[in-house]
Amino acid sequence: MIVLAKVKVATVWLSGCSGCHMSFLDQDEKLIELSKRIELVYSPIADVKEFPENVDITFIEGAVANEEQFHLLKLIRERTKLLIALGDCAVTGNVVTLRNCFQDSVKEVLEKAYIETVTYNPQYPVQVPKLLEKAYSINEVVKVDFYIPGCPPSADLINYVITEFLEGRVPSIEEKFKYG
Amino acid sequence: MSERIVKLIIDGKEIFAKPTDTILKAAIDNGIQIPTLCYLEGLTPHGGCRLCVVEVKGNPKLMTSCTTPVSNNMEIITNSPKLIKYRKQIIELLLAERIHTCSVCIANGSCELQELASKFGVDHTNVSRNWERFELDMSHERFVLDHNRCILCTRCIRVCDEIEGVHTLDIKRRGKDSMIIVDLDEPWSASYSCTSCGKCSAVCPVGAIYVKGKPLSETKRKELPKFITERRRR
Ligand code: SF4
Ligand code: SF4
Ligand code: SF4
Ligand code: FES
Repeated sequence: MIVLAKVKVATVWLSGCSGCHMSFLDQDEKLIELSKRIELVYSPIADVKEFPENVDITFIEGAVANEEQFHLLKLIRERTKLLIALGDCAVTGNVVTLRNCFQDSVKEVLEKAYIETVTYNPQYPVQVPKLLEKAYSINEVVKVDFYIPGCPPSADLINYVITEFLEGRVPSIEEKFKYG
Repeated sequence: MSERIVKLIIDGKEIFAKPTDTILKAAIDNGIQIPTLCYLEGLTPHGGCRLCVVEVKGNPKLMTSCTTPVSNNMEIITNSPKLIKYRKQIIELLLAERIHTCSVCIANGSCELQELASKFGVDHTNVSRNWERFELDMSHERFVLDHNRCILCTRCIRVCDEIEGVHTLDIKRRGKDSMIIVDLDEPWSASYSCTSCGKCSAVCPVGAIYVKGKPLSETKRKELPKFITERRRR
């Protein structure tokens, strides 16, 4: 009996609402099919602390908003063969990058979220990763190999893309997605 | 006597048109689709967005089909890989110029720019974005003018001038700094000329002029200028 090595897949959650991961999970029973062919080596739903080496496919949800994410993304790129931007925050930056239109965006965002709109004990957060001056889409930081647009992308689209790649084909999503 | 009809070839198909027709009109009349954005039937063509460019044999330049008149024996290509590449680039540049975050935009789902991006397979862009922020004019009791979404197609200006006949709207500055203005650059609520007819909001292709408290799908009426001008001609 020939046992094919499973394809190593990682999913990463940067600055996004987790909606893209929900859509990923919405593949429902198709996930059972997938699990026969893939091994989930890193994910918010798997208890793995460090991003492993030699990952075949990594799906990234969310934009890059803080220093920790910036460095993690660089590392992921080094350790991943095929990097896929999953959903609009990863693809374009979406709402995460809206703060870029403010002059001193870090200050404005922190003030709004932690001081102005807080009634009980307003204070700036400590011991959390530092926000970057600007927020970025994934392709503004590292090279992206494939894009799945949508807010969130449908489970069917995600399933189509991953199945095509598993079959060794490059998916063609033209006419299958809606911009933004 | 001047010729009353011209013969031309569009995408290999022989067609006949009036000498006063534009390439776009001749194409539409013969069932050939050319993508457009600033063009709107019933308004004077503006030739600004350049999405409707076509190749004309013997001419090294690409021509905007919405403004170029036909001429005898013209040979036109409307859909080459080169044209598709340029159209995609135009869409990417438009998306990068102002703040086009569809998920929080009133036009999401009824926007002509978004539709074109999907149609042309613009699944991402490598153009770095210009994050300049413009103040909204929400002073009018019924309408909002949001420059952050404006693609400067001038449809609103033309409909206000040519159809409503008041020319409330115009444009100031140049290039990427261009802005739609009301009267002599006043808040919309201070306008003496505006009749509050809403035609500008009916034809805006994106979410830059809209009616307060109503989904865009209910207030958009792209066919309005055509409808009115056709009845005027009778
Ligand atoms: S105007 Fe259109 S393209 Fe721009 S953000 Fe709104 S929906 Fe998206
Ligand atoms: S509401 Fe009518 S009159 Fe006023 S700016 Fe718009 S088109 Fe012009
Ligand atoms: S407000 Fe709308 S119709 Fe007017 S120029 Fe801008 S995008 Fe075009
Ligand atoms: S539609 Fe012809 S230039 Fe815009």
